[in-house]
Amino acid sequence: MHKFANPARFMRLSNMFLPWTTGLTLLLFAVGLYYALVLAPEDYQMGNTYRIIFIHVPAAYMAQFGYGVIAVASAVGFIWKHPLADQAARATAPMGAAFTALALLTGSLWGKPMWGTFWIWDARLTSMLILFFLYLGYIAVWQTIEDHVRAAKIASIVAMVGLVNVIIIKFSVDWWNTLHQPATLMRMDGPTIGGDMLAALLLMIGAFNMFFITLLMWRIQSLILRRRIRSLRMQIGGGQG
Amino acid sequence: MTKKGLKAGARKKRRMYLLLTSLAVLGLAVMLVLSALEDSIRLFYDPTEIAEKGIKPGQNFRLGGLVENDSFEAQETGGILVNKFTVTDGNETVAVIYEGLLPDLFREGQGVVAEGAMNGTGVFVATEVLAKHDENYMPKEVIDSLKKRGEWQRTEASKDDTP
Repeated sequence: MHKFANPARFMRLSNMFLPWTTGLTLLLFAVGLYYALVLAPEDYQMGNTYRIIFIHVPAAYMAQFGYGVIAVASAVGFIWKHPLADQAARATAPMGAAFTALALLTGSLWGKPMWGTFWIWDARLTSMLILFFLYLGYIAVWQTIEDHVRAAKIASIVAMVGLVNVIIIKFSVDWWNTLHQPATLMRMDGPTIGGDMLAALLLMIGAFNMFFITLLMWRIQSLILRRRIRSLRMQIGGGQG
Repeated sequence: MTKKGLKAGARKKRRMYLLLTSLAVLGLAVMLVLSALEDSIRLFYDPTEIAEKGIKPGQNFRLGGLVENDSFEAQETGGILVNKFTVTDGNETVAVIYEGLLPDLFREGQGVVAEGAMNGTGVFVATEVLAKHDENYMPKEVIDSLKKRGEWQRTEASKDDTP
């Protein structure tokens, strides 16, 4: 475990992986978008409007996945005090917030013509909005607390407490009655979507996932480099900067 | 392992237990709060619950269920579109009246959530009607060919529905 927590080793490994994950991201997006916009047929009720799910579903999925990454990294940072875990959690937060915003926005754009409203305070939409605010709160902790060790500790507690919300998001459509429909993909009796529609959705989820991983590696790298620059400046300048 | 290492290991273990117990307690607390708030988190009531609860006329709430087949009727009187339909949950039904435009997905046999209140005669006067989409996505062609062969039955519609 400690071997991989070494920032220098991370830089070396991530430099090795980055070209591959970048290429795979581009490839998956190209194929996924072709499936989503050309091959996948129109829906029997919504026509072409349903195609927004190829952005909405992966974005919502990554929003929750991102929070999971933060929570796990925070737990590792909290228990084993690995600096790289804290960096990984910190680097994920703005991405997760962006994916959450994208999911909320695309859902809202679809909601107006289909449901008849941009927004409703049902359990799914509200818990998703809470996720967005949790991300913002988490980012704010890192921004406002100057001492790195203290910031990491408080941020990790915020992250782990907020994890309960991700569980609520997933089951909100089962526990309460909502306007948002229940799960299409992750359900006990198998997905209620098939053929090229399903292929397009899975490809887009894969594309978003690879995009997420690629971006995360880049962001951790830049955070590591930023810390190195800071410590070098401290050495040269004798404590200022 | 050195003495210092042992101590650090013990601290890690203590932090882990602290974390696990706090998360378990937190989860339990959230569960209790959510179950206490059950009534306000739910978005709508179905016709059976409305019949059971005996909601007073004029009291605002949301009604949810399926639009009953062959119940929809629209009339234009004086430039205002008046929609009448029945919402059912397979057990009880509630008659709904709504003035205004309905969303794209509004269809007989499909889910609907309406906000409004009961009037004196037991009719639900809606101020807003929203269509609920179900979790099914299907290509148009598949439905068309199923319809041609007479095998298509709406998944959410009542069983006696023969389109």
